[in-house]
This record gives sequence, structure tokens and C-alpha cells, in this order.
Amino acid sequence: MNDSIRFILNGEDITLGDVRPTETLLDYLRLKRRLTGTKEGCAEGDCGACTVLVGRLIDGKLHYESVNACIRFMGSLNATHVVTVEHVAAKDGTLHPVQQAMVDCHGSQCGFCTPGFIMSMYGLWLSNDKPSRADIEKALQGNLCRCTGYEPIVKAAEQVSHTRPSALFDPLEKTRSEIISRLWAMRNSETVTITTVEGRLILPGSLDALARVLSEEPNATIVAGSTDVGLWVTKQMRALDPVVFINHLTDLQSITAGDGGFTIGAGVTYSRAFETIAGKVPTLGRLINRIGGDQVRNMGTIGGNIANGSPIGDMPPPLIALGATVKLRSLAGTRMLRLEDFFIDYGKQDRRPGEFVESIFVPYPAEETQFAVYKITKRRDEDITAVLGAFYLTLDGEGDVNDIRIAFGGMAATPKRARNVENALMGRPWNEQTIEEVRAEFDADFQPLSDWRATAEYRQLTTKNLLTRFFLETSGAPAELHRFEEVA
Amino acid sequence: MDKSTFADPKFIINGAMHDALRHDSAHKHVTGSADYIDDLPEPAGLLHGALGLSERAHAEIVSMDLSEVTATPGVIWVLTGKDVPGVNDVSSNGSHDEPLLAEKKVEFHNQPIFAVIAETREIARRAARKAKIEYRDLPHWSDIDGALENGSPLVITPMTLQRGDAKAEMENAPRRLNGQMRIGGQEHFYLESHIAVAIPGEDDDVVIWSSTQHPSEIQHIVGHVLNIPSNAITVNVRRMGGGFGGKETQGNQFAALAAIAAKKLKRAIKFRPDRDEDMTATGKRHDFLVDYELGFDDDGRIYAVDATYAARCGFSSDLSGPVTDRALFHADSSYFYPHVHLSSKPLKTHTVSNTAFRGFGGPQGMLGAERFIEEIAYATGKDPLEIRKLNFYGQPGSGRTLTPYHQEVEDNILERIVGELEEGAEYRARRNAIIEFNRNSRYIRKGIALTPVKFGISFTMTAFNQAGALVHVYQDGSIHLNHGGTEMGQGLYTKVAQVLADSFQVDIEHVKITATTTGKVPNTSATAASSGSDLNGMAAYDAARQIKERLVAFAADKWGVPPTDVVFLPNRVRVGDKEFAFADFVKQAYLARVQLSAAGFYKTPKIHWDRAAGRGTPFYYYSYGAACSEVSIDTLTGEYLIDRTDILHDVGRSLNPAIDIGQVEGAFVQGMGWLTTEELWWDEKGRLRTHAPSTYKIPLASDRPKVFNVRLAEWSENAEHTIGRSKAVGEPPFMLAISVLEAISMAVASVANYKVCPKLDAPATPERVLMAVERMKRA
Repeated sequence: MNDSIRFILNGEDITLGDVRPTETLLDYLRLKRRLTGTKEGCAEGDCGACTVLVGRLIDGKLHYESVNACIRFMGSLNATHVVTVEHVAAKDGTLHPVQQAMVDCHGSQCGFCTPGFIMSMYGLWLSNDKPSRADIEKALQGNLCRCTGYEPIVKAAEQVSHTRPSALFDPLEKTRSEIISRLWAMRNSETVTITTVEGRLILPGSLDALARVLSEEPNATIVAGSTDVGLWVTKQMRALDPVVFINHLTDLQSITAGDGGFTIGAGVTYSRAFETIAGKVPTLGRLINRIGGDQVRNMGTIGGNIANGSPIGDMPPPLIALGATVKLRSLAGTRMLRLEDFFIDYGKQDRRPGEFVESIFVPYPAEETQFAVYKITKRRDEDITAVLGAFYLTLDGEGDVNDIRIAFGGMAATPKRARNVENALMGRPWNEQTIEEVRAEFDADFQPLSDWRATAEYRQLTTKNLLTRFFLETSGAPAELHRFEEVA
Repeated sequence: MDKSTFADPKFIINGAMHDALRHDSAHKHVTGSADYIDDLPEPAGLLHGALGLSERAHAEIVSMDLSEVTATPGVIWVLTGKDVPGVNDVSSNGSHDEPLLAEKKVEFHNQPIFAVIAETREIARRAARKAKIEYRDLPHWSDIDGALENGSPLVITPMTLQRGDAKAEMENAPRRLNGQMRIGGQEHFYLESHIAVAIPGEDDDVVIWSSTQHPSEIQHIVGHVLNIPSNAITVNVRRMGGGFGGKETQGNQFAALAAIAAKKLKRAIKFRPDRDEDMTATGKRHDFLVDYELGFDDDGRIYAVDATYAARCGFSSDLSGPVTDRALFHADSSYFYPHVHLSSKPLKTHTVSNTAFRGFGGPQGMLGAERFIEEIAYATGKDPLEIRKLNFYGQPGSGRTLTPYHQEVEDNILERIVGELEEGAEYRARRNAIIEFNRNSRYIRKGIALTPVKFGISFTMTAFNQAGALVHVYQDGSIHLNHGGTEMGQGLYTKVAQVLADSFQVDIEHVKITATTTGKVPNTSATAASSGSDLNGMAAYDAARQIKERLVAFAADKWGVPPTDVVFLPNRVRVGDKEFAFADFVKQAYLARVQLSAAGFYKTPKIHWDRAAGRGTPFYYYSYGAACSEVSIDTLTGEYLIDRTDILHDVGRSLNPAIDIGQVEGAFVQGMGWLTTEELWWDEKGRLRTHAPSTYKIPLASDRPKVFNVRLAEWSENAEHTIGRSKAVGEPPFMLAISVLEAISMAVASVANYKVCPKLDAPATPERVLMAVERMKRA
């Protein structure tokens, strides 16, 4: 069949032939299935009240990941297992240990956010049997609660991991092998096209098919994680037609750590990239942990963060500082481009009609270099960047600056290098006096805007101070507050 | 129901008053089976509404072309102000200054102008964007500065409180200073947005499900816009997904529009705004600008306070009168001002009308007072806690008990609360260690602060301090409970059920909690002002008392014993030397034709208030508390972390310690959000740009204090005869968060060696913290 999508909803196999290209999973669950445990809090992937788990096969293994149903399009669910809060308790009404812990710890007050919290905690419970307090806080970054102050919720998550009972009790562990074979049968190597009165959605069967589709439909909207495109629909009420989904394409899903660097497929989510990246470049791992919440990191892709060209995307500045290249593909073939050159102007990237981002190559920082990324936001976690700075430094034997690359987000219409600062630093001794002297060069590099995230004045001053922070850290002085450390 | 439990004699019941019982809906919350209004089965033929919103902050409407909206397939009706059958007004206070749909003029960006009714919510939302409206712009201002510059009118008569002669005493004081504090507003961000469903009935009848803290007001407003009597309107609410004051009056517009469309089209109508619409078209906490002059001596003892409290009220009065009043009532925080003059300035701005929010002006008043203390502390070079203690209200007889509104503080436990916390949190040792740390740390600095809370309990509008309950005991011994309070997550339903279980001495499982409805308990007050359990608990207690009195009289008569020999024991009743299971006893009473249903009623004693004179006893009692917070800041970026918070809070004799601890923790973190990362930002066109969680940042799990110790003052009992001698808990702990702002302020002050008051305004975003650090560097 190539005119429908198939997935499993809780226990049931679903085949849908009539799916609007931008129909959301949340609307499907609430309006069509009357599964009302999943709530709409914001419709923009920021509050977590709509959290569900989506199970998918990665290298033959079944992984369940928390996602935001409100900005997840139905077209991205082929060959997945969608699990809602209604599926978690036993059929006789016995609560799952995660639910029982939440009740015992008084973790719900108004209760509206609670199903979403349960699903996030359940996702954590399935994947981590000894979570630290930091792991728990990270798993809950994408869930807002306005009543409890979170203390009892964190306690519940701790308690349930301490008293973890036999996995046999768990509805998803029980069915794991059976679900794997059912999902396997749903995979599709042919292109799926669904046509509705409101437009078409296309799931290309392969990379070649994707290139072909895009050459025929140069105005198609490419959707990977929909963490940005989702809002075009729910907030801006934009009609998108056709929509081409790519998140099922396994050829885009690999991340490899080769000899000289990472090759990150355009469809690799932040979550999937985390371990590989954090292992080699810890500062980049810490940055990824502050992009959205788990739900967003489980859906959003590094490729998408680059392809949509936002001036406040978090990945481009550090990748530019590291000297990353991007591989673009179309029916005509592939071409490589320095990532820095990909961003032309606000909302304008060097992506030709019919082209898509296939992968990104990120060289490892050389042994002797110092590399750091700093993200400045109003709220520490799950916030959009006000200022983001990436610094890449190599000193020569004398302690003078041999190579320096500084890239910032939030300071211009595109992610941008601070060339004037870099030039001022080259060849100078890496010491406090030099830093004091070159700080002012940032004024020549950036003329930021004022908005609700920060004033221009704050952005400019913080940018200079981040250079100071980088200097301090390279000289071994602590200059940053870290939330994620063990709590006594 | 399992009747066998009645026969099982036990020493105690499940769910008595003062038990740490779980929330009654906890099991349903975690399984997703608790129904919010959007989850209820939809009536056949249900239609959906969406708002058409103003694109200007202040303008005349020159023309309006809705033809494309109307022509959209699936659109059933488009209504404007002209289609309101009764009065086009949803003002909560009867001042007729808040049109349901703007007609000739718009007064804030995203003010509702029309409404679309369509087959689906999506069609309605998309169609609403097709309106073509021509405007003629008028001058607009969004903030307090703009209002003051433009000589903006006041939305309501201001209030003045005075005692003694502040102006003269200012001259006598050895030291004087003046200053200004800016205090930001706050979005409620209840997780469930507003929603209303209206179902038309025969005659004038309409049934409304509304996410409201005030069903009686929804009833009143719907009557007003439809021009029908209240007896035709039934308003129901089982639970809200949070309220925090944001659903005290702000649900009016959605319920009114749904009701008008339901009666006109004879179809059920649902109105559920998108989060962005909810945040832009409904009111928030008031921003304040406090101008102050203080007279004091070298020890830091206050002689006189003279202060003005200007507030951003938005385009209409709504609750701005009582909110700005309460700011003045709490402008003393915990301190005795020998001479005082306080006045409010409720300013009109071209922004959405601001409204109730947990604390209701009290937090802004108290924050100003704590700034006064800081100013004096830095001016005299002392620890702010020392200045606080020096200026606390005294005990009766001390001559230091009279508030600026001429009520005596009679139940003062500040000294004990603050003393115990100071010792338990090791405030002194930690403060010394922090000063030492700061001496040796160039960029990371720390701060610590211990701040008190004293909060007056009762509605200042005396009439609102009444409540009703309806209790039925059925023949099988099961009990039906209904009262005028609403459940928004604060555990009110659980607490009142505990009162009833305790009164009848039956396990709480036998008490059925039912949805709040105007049809069972009429003329209720908003569930607000922290009064829910005080008022409704007492009303339910009164209903139980009536039924029990009848049961006792019946038993005494039937079995020939004195009434004192009829005793309600756990799940059974002893009559002389006989014992009956509760259900059997009730059955006997039924057969003897005893009325087993009662309407309970309660009104708060002692209180009265004369606003014009600025005198009276507006509060029945005070709730107290104290918090000690420690923070770290990064002086390069202004980023910060809350390292530790210790809280000791007074809820009298807790009705439910688990629920009360939850209220204290939740209020603290919500207050912390108000004072740190929650910033409302309007652009030059008067558009609110922080209109969704992507741009408006409430605290996350990772923002709460890394170490968070919360205790209730277990020794406390309410001096007044409240239900179980408990105290209100909803609002008072919100102000415990002031300790966070002051701790950040101390860390900032370290940059100038604590010689200068940082005057850190709220919210203390990283940006504001960094700018304050820069000021300190220049100082």
C-alpha cells in the first residue's frame, strides 16, 4: 500500500488513508479517538501537557521517546508505536509504579499537567533505572507545572526509581518483542502519497525518491522533527502543501564518529546525537542538554536547526566555530559548503530549489585547542537563546593566539563570526590585558536588536563578558554556574 | 459501595480533619481520567467559537468588513457587539467599562471585536483572521510611565491610608531617603486555558460549563448579556486546570459569548481560546511603580513612611480597585510604621485589563516594604534582618500594633517564626560564610536573605465573606457534598470532604464530592482571597451540624436516652448502650421521617471596612511565615541559581498537612518566577510579545531551589474560631519568594562592598541583575 500510513496506537493497529498533511497527533487523539488524557496546554511544544511516547525501531531495537503530540504531525508516525497515558495503568485499574509514586508523593494539584509528567517520567523509567537528580530534572525540562513547585514530582521520580519492581509489570516491556515485529511489518520502502482536500503529504521511500520528489515539488515543505514547522501550523495557521516527511528515512539517521570528525545525518535528532557528540566534545553535549526539553530533543534534528536558518538556532555558532561543512543533495548530485557560507541573510540560506541537507560534517577540535559554547537565556533550561557564543582557540608555544574562531547567535540576522575580535586577537598573548583591549572590537562586529529576550545593550555587554569567561576558563578559573551537579 | 466497612468498628476514620490525605482526584490525574471541560463528551451538533481580535492598541473602528469571515465554508454565524441581546458588557464590578465585544473603539491590542461560530474550532480560528477592519489610531500607552506622562485617567477612585502625621515626622527623623521601585506583572499561566461550553435549554434556560473560580459571577454576567433572570442559568464546574486568580473574572467573556451563540443558534457552543489568545486577551497581575520616602534613625528604626503605589490597570477597572487597595493593606508587610501616608494610583493603560492573581496586590505592597527595609539596612550598614526585627509589629500592649488601616495586630507570632527559622537555617553562620566567600570570589557572588510574611485573611469587600454548602445523607449512609467553593488544584474539595467525614465520623470514601453548581448552592463568592476552606469548610460543618442535631434528637427520642448519650463514633453511632452501623442508623432515621438534607451557611464574624475613611477591621486574622534563601550569581552575565531555601510557614492547625505543604512549595516557586524569569514585554505598538510559554518563562523543575526545606509551624493554632483552628494557605506563601529577590540583591551589593542599595527591580531577569552589577561597579 502506498496511499496510507500505518502505526500502532496503544494496543491497536491503525491504518489511515485520509490524513491532512498538517494534522497533529494531539487533535487526532482528542478529537477522533476521544483519548482525552493527553492535554493541550500551549500547542507549541513548550509545556509538555500533551506528552506521549512514540516507539520506533532504530537499528532493529525499539526505543520509546517522549514527544509533544501538539506539534507532531500524523504523517511522521508511520511504523511507530504511539503510547498515551490511557495505556499506562493495568487494565484492572492498578496504577503503574510511576503513577503510584506520583499519587503517594502528592505530585498533582490541578492535575492538568500530570498526564504529561507521567509520560515523561515513564519515558525516563523505561530508559534509565538509576536516574540522578540531574537526570530527573533533565527529563522534566519539557514539562511545565504551575501548582506544585515541582518538589513532589521530582521526589516521585526518585522514589519510583528506588523501588523499581519487576519489569514484567510494565505494559511496554511485556509487549516489546511483539511490537517490534508488528512495527517491522509496517515499514515501507515505497513512497507514500496521501492526497486530501487540504493538500498532500508525501513520505519518500528513499533518499533518491526524496530528491525526485523535491525536484518535482520545489516548493514542498520538508518536515523532519516539526519542532519549528509545527508552530507555523498551530500558531500562524499556515496551510502547507505538499508536506514531505523525512524522519522515517534511515539513510538520514546515522551519526558516525570517524577519524577526523562526526558525520551527522540530517535526520538525526538531538537525543540520538547526544552521546556521540558529548563523548567527544563535552561542552557541546551540555549545550544540547539546554535545547528545548526531552520532547523537543527527541523530535528536533540538527539538520533542521541548520536548514531553517534561524539566527537564534543553537547549533550553527558552535559548528561554525568548529569549521563544519554541510552536504547538500538534489537530483543533480551533491555539493559541500562551509556551514558559515550556508547562511546568507535573515531567512535566506544557500539551498537551491530541489536541494535538501543530507548531512553535516563536524571536525573534532584539535588536541591543543580550547573550545567552549555558552548559551545565555532568561530561564536556564528550555528557553530560546538571547545570546550564544562559541569560542575556538589555539595557542602557539609562546602562549600567543595562533588560531581563533568566535561565532555568535542572537547578535545578527544570521549566525555570525566576530571577525574583528578574531583579527584583534591573532598573534597576541592570551592574557587578561589582551582580553580587556579587544573587547571593544565586538562593537564593530555586532549591532544586535532589542526584543523580549534581551536589550541590545545586554546582548553587547554579555558578548564581551563571555570572551572574558572563556579566557578565565582557559586559565582554570571557575566562571560559570552549573545547575547539574550532584545535590547533597 | 461496600457497606461492610460500616460494620467494622475502628478507632479512627479515614480522612479526618488534619490528616495528610492525598488529593481526591490524584488517582484520576495520573491516569488521565480526570475530566476537564474540554474532555467532557460533546453534545451532538456542538459548534465552536473563536475570537476576532483588535490589531491596534487604541483606535476608532472606522469600518469592519466581515464578509470573508462569514463566507468561509463551515462558518455558521459571526457575531458583533450589536448581536448582544442584553447589555454588551462583562464588567465584573458593574461599572460598565468592559464591552464583551468592542464596537466603536478598541482599547488594547487583541481586544475581542467579534466572534466566529463554526463547525470546527480550526475553521473558526482560520476564518477569524479574514476580517478586514479599518482603524483610526489614537494615542496609546502601555505602561505606567506612559500613563503618567500622558496624564492618564484612573480606572477607579484611589484609596488613601493614613495614621499620624507622616509629613511632619519625616522632618523629625534623623535620617531620610527616597526612592522608587518597579515591580513587574505576571501571567497566571494556568495549564488549562479558559474554556466555556453553553448548552441551550427550553424557555430562557442555558447550562454552562465554565472553567471559573466564580460560577455565580458567570451566572450574573450571562444573565446581563442575555437579558434573562439568574434562575434560567446554571453554571457548573467540577475542576479547573489551575486558576490562581486568573479565572476569577476573566472567564466572563468566553461564557457570555458561548451563551449568546447557544441561545441564538439553539446548538451547544464551545469556546476554547488558543494559549496565545488566552494570554493576550485576559488580564494579569498588576505592575506597580512605588515612590517612597522614609524617615528613620541611625539604628534603622522607622519613624515615617510616605509612599504612592501606581499600578498598570489596563483599559478597564475589573478588580483593580480591590487589588490596589490590598497593595496598600500590605504596604506595611510585617512592620509597624509610627506615622504613615499611603495612596494608590490605579492608572488606565491601553493593555488588557489586569485582574486578580494570587496575593491580589498584596505581594506588590509587601515587596515595596521589603525594599524600604533594604534601603535602611544599606544606609545604616546593617544586616537587613536586624532592621526587620527592629521594626516588627509588637505584642498587644507594646504600642506598636496598629496597622495603617487602624486594625490591631492581635495574633502576632512573627518573632517565634522568624527566630526558629533563623536558627534552623543557620542564617547567621551562613551569612558570615557568604561574606567571606564573596571577598575571595571575583566573578561568582553569593547572597542570602531571610524575609517574613504577614498576610491579612478575608475579602476586603465584607459581603463576599459568606458561603453555603448543601449536604445530603442518603438512606444507604452515603453522603453527597456540595458547596460554593471551586476546585482549581488547591485541594479545597478534599479539605471540605475531610470536614464532613470528621463531622459524621465516617470514612471519607463515603463522602461523594460533586461539581460546584449555582443550582445547588446559590449566591456564592469567588473561590479567592485564600478563603476557600475557611468559608466553605465552615458552611459544610454547619450543614452537618444541622443534620446531626436532627439525628441526635431522633435517637434520644426513639431510644429514650439523653441527647448527650448519642455519640458519633468511627463509622457507627452509639445510643446509650446500643451501637449501630452508621448506615443502619441513618436508615432508621429515614423510616422515622427525619430530614437528612441540610443547607449550611457561614459568614465571617468581626470584620468591617470603611474604604472612604480608610479605617476598620478588614481582616479576621493574619497568616505568618518566613523564608531564607541563598543564591549564587554570575556577575559576567547576570545568570543565577537558587542554592537553598528554608521555609517555616504558619497555617494554624493544618486541615491537611500534605496539601498545605504543596500549597507552600507551589506558591513559593510561583512567586520566585514572578520575581526572576517571568517578564511581560509589550512592543511599541502595544502588542504583548511574551504571549506563550516559548517567550514567557515560568519556573521549571531545574529552577527550584537545589535544597528546598519546607516546614509548617506545627505549634500554631488560629486564635480565631476557624474550621479546625486552621488558617488560610493559598496566597500567603507566595510572598515567601521575596527572600530570593533580596538574596540576589545582596549578591549584587557585594560588588560595591554592601555600601549601596542595589535597588534591584522585579523581575530580576539575568539582564536586570547584570545591569545592577554594572551600577554597583560605577557606584
